[in-house]
Amino acid sequence: MMRRLDANQITTIVVWAALLTAPLWVNSVGGYMALASRVVVLGLAAMSINFLLGFTGYMSFGHAAFFGLGAYGAGFTLKLLAANTLLSLLLGSLLGGVLGALFGLLIVRRRGVYFAMVTIAFGQVFYFIAYRWNNLTGGDDGLRGFSRAPLHFGPITIDILNNAIAFYFFILACFAVITGLMGLILRSPFGHTLLAIRENEQRARFLGIPIERHVWASFSLSCFFMSFAGALYALLNNFADPSNLYYVMSGNIVIMAVLGGIRSFWGPLLGAAVFVVLQDYLSSITTNWMSFVGLLFVLVVLFFPRGLLGFVHTRGPQRDTAAG
Amino acid sequence: MTNFTFSRSMRRRSLLKASAAAALLPLARPFVISARAADTVKIGMVNPITGVYSAPATSEVEGAKFALAELNKNGGILGRQVELLVEDSANDVGTGVQKARKLIDRDQVNFILADVNSAIAYAIAGVTNEKKILHIVPGGHTDPITGKDCKWNVFRVCNTTAMDSNAVASTLIEKFGKKWYFLTPDYAYGHTLQEGFVKNLTAAGGEYQGDLLPVGTADFSASLIKAQQYGPSVLLNIMGGADQVNSLKQFVQFGMDKKMAVGGALYELENMRAVPKEALTGWWTMEWWWDQPNVPHVKEWVAALKAATGKTPSARHWFGFVGVHSCALAAAGAKELDAAKMAHAMEGMKLPPEIALQPGDVAFRAGDHELMPSIFVGEAHAAPAGGESDDMFKTQTLVPGDKAAGPAEATGCKVEWPA
Amino acid sequence: MSTLILFNVTNGLIIGAFYVLMALGLSLILNLSGVINFAHGGFLTLGGYVAFTLSAYIGFWGALIVAPFIVAILGVVLERTMIRWLYGRDPLYSLLLTFGLAFMIEDGSRWYWGPQGLPVTIPPILSQPLSSSFFFITGYRLFMVAVAAGVILGLFCFLRYTRLGLRIRAGTLDLDTVSSLGVNVRLLRSFNFGLGIFLAGLSGVLAGGQLGLIPTMGSTLLMPSFIAIIVGGVGSLPGTLVGGLLIGVAAGVTTVFWPSASEAVMYVLMGVVLLVRPRGLFGEEGMMS
Repeated sequence: MMRRLDANQITTIVVWAALLTAPLWVNSVGGYMALASRVVVLGLAAMSINFLLGFTGYMSFGHAAFFGLGAYGAGFTLKLLAANTLLSLLLGSLLGGVLGALFGLLIVRRRGVYFAMVTIAFGQVFYFIAYRWNNLTGGDDGLRGFSRAPLHFGPITIDILNNAIAFYFFILACFAVITGLMGLILRSPFGHTLLAIRENEQRARFLGIPIERHVWASFSLSCFFMSFAGALYALLNNFADPSNLYYVMSGNIVIMAVLGGIRSFWGPLLGAAVFVVLQDYLSSITTNWMSFVGLLFVLVVLFFPRGLLGFVHTRGPQRDTAAG
Repeated sequence: MTNFTFSRSMRRRSLLKASAAAALLPLARPFVISARAADTVKIGMVNPITGVYSAPATSEVEGAKFALAELNKNGGILGRQVELLVEDSANDVGTGVQKARKLIDRDQVNFILADVNSAIAYAIAGVTNEKKILHIVPGGHTDPITGKDCKWNVFRVCNTTAMDSNAVASTLIEKFGKKWYFLTPDYAYGHTLQEGFVKNLTAAGGEYQGDLLPVGTADFSASLIKAQQYGPSVLLNIMGGADQVNSLKQFVQFGMDKKMAVGGALYELENMRAVPKEALTGWWTMEWWWDQPNVPHVKEWVAALKAATGKTPSARHWFGFVGVHSCALAAAGAKELDAAKMAHAMEGMKLPPEIALQPGDVAFRAGDHELMPSIFVGEAHAAPAGGESDDMFKTQTLVPGDKAAGPAEATGCKVEWPA
Repeated sequence: MSTLILFNVTNGLIIGAFYVLMALGLSLILNLSGVINFAHGGFLTLGGYVAFTLSAYIGFWGALIVAPFIVAILGVVLERTMIRWLYGRDPLYSLLLTFGLAFMIEDGSRWYWGPQGLPVTIPPILSQPLSSSFFFITGYRLFMVAVAAGVILGLFCFLRYTRLGLRIRAGTLDLDTVSSLGVNVRLLRSFNFGLGIFLAGLSGVLAGGQLGLIPTMGSTLLMPSFIAIIVGGVGSLPGTLVGGLLIGVAAGVTTVFWPSASEAVMYVLMGVVLLVRPRGLFGEEGMMS
């Protein structure tokens, strides 16, 4: 008898079907390739923060700092080291990931509101550095003068600089790698421990689980993933600038995760898609798009706190009860 | 295998929610697309309509729309009607670049006008250069756009820092003296502007001190205290936007206007409207000013714009106006919409007087693609009681742009044409 | 040099007093209700703009008194209709909600009053500097400090000596017990929220006179409030007071030696406090955990 596909697997199939075929249908719905690429990159960012938020239960509101660090890291690499796209991705994510790990050590004992406030403030520190350290980062003008380099695999050259579709698939490939990694981690015993911490931290502590170490690891990993997304973003724009680190960016990424559903693996990607497309569409037809986006935040929090995919539980031993 | 159970009511709730979400999806399809006529010429404009630059950005858009209406009444571009598609860059580079791509890829615009925020203008120039679209920068001030990073398809209307500093420096030296104190915003624009002034000052044998202040500084007391102690003849206030407003207010609040003169480069009309009347003082440059009593066409234009927008036009309105008309002139000069041919036509292109709206020859210089208008050097003053509320500046001299700009070779621009 | 430092310390205290006013409102709301009010800057902006509109009818002084009340009433309405559903839930949601409200307020301000910065005229008696040597202490700055000091003093007296204030303080420590003692916690929370917003609105009126009005003014003044709270210690109002003054003075003194870093020093201070004494100068361990 054929095993019934669970909701998770169905979602995964639908998501990948949509992503892979995007170049075929994106223009007919009034979109364009750069928009699709942006959805994927910000979707990755939203999924990265959800690693910490939805799966470990810790709210960081300063995560844009790592997004920006990834962007600047990639930019510096392309500008100062070598015109090598893969290297820029690696170094960009390392920059954010390592700094995130270090920063995580400082704050891992905080909880709840205090944790959130500290992450907000520290996020602003990094924004501040990017903004003020003019000579290095270009300050308010941003880091310019670099662009993604075509990929060379032996005899094959993929021109991701000028070919929007090729670049989209490159981003998708990176997305696949990182989300695959995320999925593997979440399915592992480590991932299950994170869920335990999310559900009831005190009980997990009584069970002897070293909470701080796990939280730190989760935080560092989410910073690494977030920086990777930031590096991709720099490649998308051929530009890195301080607003990538600003707390408004943090807020936008969190709302994407919440909108899509923080208890769902693919939720944040869907949330990112809705948010990016809505913002793109609204800002073309009205200058008051900010009010609508703000209204979206309010409505999601009040009426859709579980998000669009929130009715699907992801994995594991929890039984969904009617009280939900 | 993951097992999940959920009650029927939950399933129904979820279904309702999913349908609600799906109902939003058609909204993602811009119905405007299908209504767009296929044979109009399209100009795409990207500006930070929300955010700190919202006031100048809105003025530029108003000027552009006014020009558009005029243009369409007179037959449009190459006989076709023109559409202006305005997108909000929200003062964010990523958004600006995305909107530029949207306008070029999806909406198939023939021209791009962008952006007040010079970082965004710069980033979009990369996109327009890649896509070979004619790009005019109405009001983004960073020098490299027509300097070391100039591009064959990019032209600019507003001034470089060299133009502004060279135009007003001699006036400040002659009128007040050679001991200056700078309030400089700490980013590329501020640095280059200060360098321009310092070059003039040291050539005249002057001395200076100054403070590099973060953009967004609210309180200038510490710097003003230092300035007071230094005792300069002029305080060079080259801050921008809200920072300039605050620093001038505090300068006057401290009574320092009785001890030293104040001056600098730009003091835009939008800023002048935001300060109390005591802070309307000092010697500045305007990139264009509405009060030109003896110049033909100006009075009518100002009146028409005031009727359309409810306010006296500023230099920003003029930038948007010139931007749109330049697109039309370029197309007329090239007789087709090919970007390279239009760019060639724009090199050296002179603006007719009803668009230049000032005396003298106003043309796009071939060497660096920079427009060479006159620079209005004069004094700010409070509006006369019972008179025109925007009568806040008295032009003293008109410095020809190309004289102030220096030779094109000195900007570092080397225009490279595509193969 | 020493006069320069003295001037800047004095100036820093003046600015610090303003930060304290802002941060105290934020702190009140955070302590009792566990809500990180990202819309605090928005209410500041509204305070300034409402005062601007009102001053055409009732003058500067009238607007100074009335505008914060109007903004506080709006705050209470929002609290009753939206924020109170989020008590007891993950603080994430109140943060996101207030974040969205901040967007709406900024955009609403821009739509209603226009993107153009608006000048605020302050009464002539406040415009004069104190003396020629203390020229930077203008009448208006002194006025700001006086109002801030008066209000802060009033606030602390209120919290210390009135029954309502006692309930608020008790509620900060243990809201359940307060509730079981028969206090109407719902009203208490609403009142407390209104009080916090009143302070934000008042800050906005004062800021308008100093900086002029622009729709984005709220977001720029929000961060120093957060830092003041973290430095002083989350959960402690005296801590917030000290924190605000401290960052004001630090910024002022830094401007003497290294102006570009004057804003950075706030963040550095916060970093040092978090490393050396994570609960803040006056915070209690486990206060907000």
